[in-house]
Amino acid sequence: MLKKSKVAAVFAALALVVTTAPASTAATDKQLEIFTWWASGGEAAGLEGMTTEFNRLNPNTPFINATVAGAAGVNAKGVLVSRMQAGNPPDTFQAHAGEELSSYVKAGQIEDLTFLYKSEGWDKVFPKDLIKTITVKGKIYSVPVNIHRSNVLWWNPAAAKKAGITKAPASLDAMLADMAKFKKVGIDGIALAGNGDWAIAHLFDYVLLASMGPDKFNGLWTGKTKWSGPEVSKAIDYLAKILAYGNSSKSLDWPDAGKLVTTGKAGFFIMGDWASSQWQSEGLKLGKDYTWAPGPGTNGIYQWLSDSFTLPKGAVNRDAGIAWLKVSGSLAGQDAFNPKKGSIAVRTDSNPKLYDAYLQAAMKSWKKDRLVGSTVHGVNWGNAGMAAYNSAVGRFYSGGAKDKKGFVKALDAALKAHQNS
Amino acid sequence: MKAKKNRVHSPWGGFFFVLPSIIAMAVFVYGMIGYTVRESLQNRTNSYTEDVFYVGLTNYIELWQDPEFTHALSNLLKFTAVFMIGCLLSGLIMSLLLEKGIKGEGFFRSTYLYPMAISFIAMGTSWRWLMDSARDADATGLNYILQKVGLGALQSDWYTSEAGSMFAMSLPAIWQMSGYVMALFLAGFRGIPDDLREAARVDGASEFKIYRHILFPQLSPTFLTVLIILGHISMKVFDLIFGIATKSYVTKVLAIYMWQVIFDFQNYAKGAAIAIVILLMIAVAVIPYLIYVNKTEEANK
Repeated sequence: MLKKSKVAAVFAALALVVTTAPASTAATDKQLEIFTWWASGGEAAGLEGMTTEFNRLNPNTPFINATVAGAAGVNAKGVLVSRMQAGNPPDTFQAHAGEELSSYVKAGQIEDLTFLYKSEGWDKVFPKDLIKTITVKGKIYSVPVNIHRSNVLWWNPAAAKKAGITKAPASLDAMLADMAKFKKVGIDGIALAGNGDWAIAHLFDYVLLASMGPDKFNGLWTGKTKWSGPEVSKAIDYLAKILAYGNSSKSLDWPDAGKLVTTGKAGFFIMGDWASSQWQSEGLKLGKDYTWAPGPGTNGIYQWLSDSFTLPKGAVNRDAGIAWLKVSGSLAGQDAFNPKKGSIAVRTDSNPKLYDAYLQAAMKSWKKDRLVGSTVHGVNWGNAGMAAYNSAVGRFYSGGAKDKKGFVKALDAALKAHQNS
Repeated sequence: MKAKKNRVHSPWGGFFFVLPSIIAMAVFVYGMIGYTVRESLQNRTNSYTEDVFYVGLTNYIELWQDPEFTHALSNLLKFTAVFMIGCLLSGLIMSLLLEKGIKGEGFFRSTYLYPMAISFIAMGTSWRWLMDSARDADATGLNYILQKVGLGALQSDWYTSEAGSMFAMSLPAIWQMSGYVMALFLAGFRGIPDDLREAARVDGASEFKIYRHILFPQLSPTFLTVLIILGHISMKVFDLIFGIATKSYVTKVLAIYMWQVIFDFQNYAKGAAIAIVILLMIAVAVIPYLIYVNKTEEANK
């Protein structure tokens, strides 16, 4: 008898473990679970602003933030992929607008949101080029909430003065000449952030655009412009020359590389405009401690990337998810989010007075410039292509920028990785 | 009293006590291995494949044609070689120094063991700073120290250039694990009765000969254990390298590439195949050891 009851106790204990485990994650009815990697600084502050707006409109829906912090979403994406595959999606999640969403679209994991574009009037206030880029076979799957510019040249006016540079270079060749001037006075020509390869790939993305122009550049991502062609070969030569002027530390993250510029140890920096909000949070002043220009040779071209929100199929709180998307695309939501995040609104009717001098200039360009997508930040290729692209550039960089043939081969393989995913 | 004794000896009571862990092992270890094997033999090479079928060893064959896989594999083998040799040598030397029972042994022992208490990620971050490749006037970390002690010529790119990347990467791993190896060897030395040494001394053996012919041969089981422990830690290394260089190409090893293939490429079949390759590499090291241990235990019974 004693034995039997013991066995029963063991099974009872097991049963308890089995039944209590899922209960803790089960959703109660009215709430919104949002999945982002905005956890600190201006990003978190911006999200807070948008959350306030959401709570004002939906006072009875508690807001649950399933943040996975850090590394531009590198860690978060892994968690998200697992949850989507397991059929346990959040009610909405953050992803770069563009091809980065393609694997979710092909897997049928996110909903078509075209109806929102009509009902909210976004098809009229979002730029046409942008809508064209994020439309897949007539359907739109995400709501972009901000726009960053990736082809921006940053430098330190004091350091430039020391090197005898008075104005921003207008072409790749002029930039190389200026970098030589920096070198003469003991300043590294360009700040490089080698850790994790992506910031070097970001630089290469700009060099490709500047050396071959937007039409050829756009062809690279579909296979229309050949990676083995002369245009890419020329761009690689430029990249190798630029890398030779870089700082000797190859293991920096981008904020540390940015610090080389603001402290006058490096001349130029090609980085997205999130650098500006980072520096302002460090107390630096635009125009005095650092200044900017469009990437040399890409004046009039706006290489953009955008964070957007989606509606996963099978979301537990679909209505709450839609309510969040409405806030994300609304004027009040975007103007609450963007000034703090250091990006501009997607909407062309946003209020410039809320933004700083750099962002105001960016807003003007956004309305009139040619729009081209960023590769490293998810517009041109999906996750697989992006990862392979970063590796290809990392291989070239850590091998001392010598193996041009291998680089081209790896880039070609990246296109195949993208097409296969 | 009798009833109590019976319960202890009943094989079923013991069985039910370990049953939960048997079930958990069957499901979460062997079941998952089986699932991964199955996945690696199928065609789910992206997130939206619906028509799933078996493709035999195709995924494994394609791995060998993937330059990034062979790059990660050769990185891993280099890392393993340097890490194991480095740990064995430094652990052995430290245990030899402590074995004599020097003053303050407890202090040194815990100092050497202490790096084990630090998480790989925290350690990775600090070693990234230490192994910064900036040179001369910009130098920080190890390069700075080298300059200060007059060895400026030895400044290095550490893990950031292709030639030396995995040698540099094994430095923090050796730093962390050698204390543990020392502890294992020390325990091995302490397990050898003092009588043996004294008998050898009476017979006129030199200290060197005592170590060479009396102590080291008795350490060989310890030596084997250490090899196996280090080997399997090294084969599955992920967090240490991720903590230092994230997904950088130059230091990519199999575990990092597997993670990338699964979550970035969403190529589940290929990711599973890489996982099985890692498992097989560990098995090649561990299974002979298990057989050996079983045999010696049988013999000692």
